[in-house]
Amino acid sequence: MKGLVWMGAAGVAVLGCVVFSGGVQAAETVKIGSFLSVTGPASFLGEPEKKTLERYVERLNTDGGIGGRKVELVVYDDGGAPDKAATFAKRLIQNDGVDILVGGTTTGTSMAAIKVVELAGVPFISLAGGIDIVEPVKKWVFKTPHTDRMAAEKVFADMKTRGISKIALVSEDSGFGKSGHDQSLKVAANHGIEIVADEVYSPKDPDVTAQLTKARNAPGVQAVFNFGFGQGPAIVTKNYKQLGIALPLYQSHGVASKEFIRLAGAAADGVRLPAAGLVVAGQLPATDPQKPVVTAFKADYEAAFKTEVSTFAGHAYDGLQLAAAAISRAGGTDKARVRDELEKTSGYVGTGGMVTMSATDHMGLSPAAFHMVEIRNGDWVLSD
Amino acid sequence: MFAEFLQYLFSGLTSGAIYALAGLGFAIIYNSSHVINFAQGEFIMIGGMATATMVAAGLPLPLAAVLAVVATMAVGVALEKFAVEPARGADVTAIVIITIGASIFLRGAAQVLWDKEFHALPAFSGDTPLRLAGATLMPQSLWVVGAAVVVIALLWWFFNRTLFGKAMLATSHNRLAAQLMGIPVRSVLVVAFALSAMLGAVGGIVVTPITFTNYEAGIMLGLKGFSAAVLGGLGSGAGAIVGGLLVGVAEALASGYLSSAYKDAIAFVIILFVLFFMPSGLFGKKGTDRV
Repeated sequence: MKGLVWMGAAGVAVLGCVVFSGGVQAAETVKIGSFLSVTGPASFLGEPEKKTLERYVERLNTDGGIGGRKVELVVYDDGGAPDKAATFAKRLIQNDGVDILVGGTTTGTSMAAIKVVELAGVPFISLAGGIDIVEPVKKWVFKTPHTDRMAAEKVFADMKTRGISKIALVSEDSGFGKSGHDQSLKVAANHGIEIVADEVYSPKDPDVTAQLTKARNAPGVQAVFNFGFGQGPAIVTKNYKQLGIALPLYQSHGVASKEFIRLAGAAADGVRLPAAGLVVAGQLPATDPQKPVVTAFKADYEAAFKTEVSTFAGHAYDGLQLAAAAISRAGGTDKARVRDELEKTSGYVGTGGMVTMSATDHMGLSPAAFHMVEIRNGDWVLSD
Repeated sequence: MFAEFLQYLFSGLTSGAIYALAGLGFAIIYNSSHVINFAQGEFIMIGGMATATMVAAGLPLPLAAVLAVVATMAVGVALEKFAVEPARGADVTAIVIITIGASIFLRGAAQVLWDKEFHALPAFSGDTPLRLAGATLMPQSLWVVGAAVVVIALLWWFFNRTLFGKAMLATSHNRLAAQLMGIPVRSVLVVAFALSAMLGAVGGIVVTPITFTNYEAGIMLGLKGFSAAVLGGLGSGAGAIVGGLLVGVAEALASGYLSSAYKDAIAFVIILFVLFFMPSGLFGKKGTDRV
């Protein structure tokens, strides 16, 4: 008898505990952690990412949160330093107790954080381009942006359709340019492209006519492909015009912003490059499934921040939406279930393209996510 | 073949003239205080950024340029008054470190005051390249070379023909003796900073149509300018110009005939080689009478 009472009391206590914790669970916030390079050399990527995360977390909350739970965002600025990124990832997981990480502006900072998140078992959606982040596939790591390999493949495919097979590669001596250079060399042969000249310049070189002269004089060269970022490609484009080189000039997705056209001016006319749907939102055909998403995001971003929308802001937007959708499908913030749901993401239409992930693909974008554009009269013209 | 060589030469000339102009700024402050001002690159950046923003706002280029020069000089004077002068008693090394700190501060301030984007200026004489024997050169490169030549002529005149210029030289040779002769030694350093700020701003304005500018532009220009100044002989105006052109042409020829991947290394090897045999640079003189 006495035993039964005790058991009953224990049962009530356990039940009470379950009910109580359930009550807390409903009121508890969903914690999204982020480490971004808001200052430092990659600040022009990190700053729009931070603004976007803040704006859309607020939007999530005014719309009722995720599954009725409010969302809390914790952001740290790693200044572009990988060691700081790793420290902040650790702090976010251990001290702030975040449920998911959306961040990592550069490939360097993302790679540094991967060790931490893999060990702790927290889902992490990176916002950086490097293919190394998701290849080989890491259990807890996903990413939103396109890779440089996709850009190179898109460019090579376009060259092929135009009958170009021998090209000069002019790349920037920076992380982005080097990675683009290596990926281009890796996939060129698959597309029947032969690289007959391989030239390099420093990101801050004031003049690259020497490299371009050498590229032009390479035997049999039919086109020039420049992989770079920031002012470098604008200087390449201006020097190209100065030398009067008649061969087609291809740029990478690194220059897919109006800033490039503004800097290179009239010299940018005729340059071809792969660009994400967000960049050419206005030109997309009405039938494109991305059209409503990118036009809405572009309009909202530009009205809120009074600057041109950047693809980096789009990466952050996509990361946040993927995270929110996965948590909502998982019915809570259980990390393993959220991870599984992330991996099952299928047919999500974001600013970067259509995302369908799998156990072997933690990015989920197809080459169709890039559009080939040509610059004409200072504006983008879709050409595929 | 010759056209190719000429193009490499022109490429080097464009870069070299930019390095030379950046290098000249180091010479003035070194001459009057034996301090190497590592915020020199930031003067160049401020000149370029201020002009680009004012032109974008609709001001005519000459007016924007003058205002930008005045603004940069004000920054130079403020730097001397609030950062260098309070450390009067400190040795030269400490002051050099102060200027490194100042350069980081100025970059941060520029990032807040302006933004993180690149800014451009239209070329002064259009974008039609000059053609010569199959090679091309942009007219803006000639503006840079011209500005460097005019600046060095003015500097020569100032230091050799005006009383204040001579007073500045005297102060650098022997501060105590100059003070005893009635030279206002305190204002000498202020003027030196104002002058080098002016020089930096002029450089920034003529260089921006070629290289563009952003808050970080001063780092590269400062570094390459410093290399040019050291190669030519610290404190020598002509040395800075020759040094800058030499670095630029070496880089261009290296990327043309050897490998573009190693061009920076080749330029630095040349600098090390020269300094090994001529420790005070090509035009640097031992002793005290510089410029």
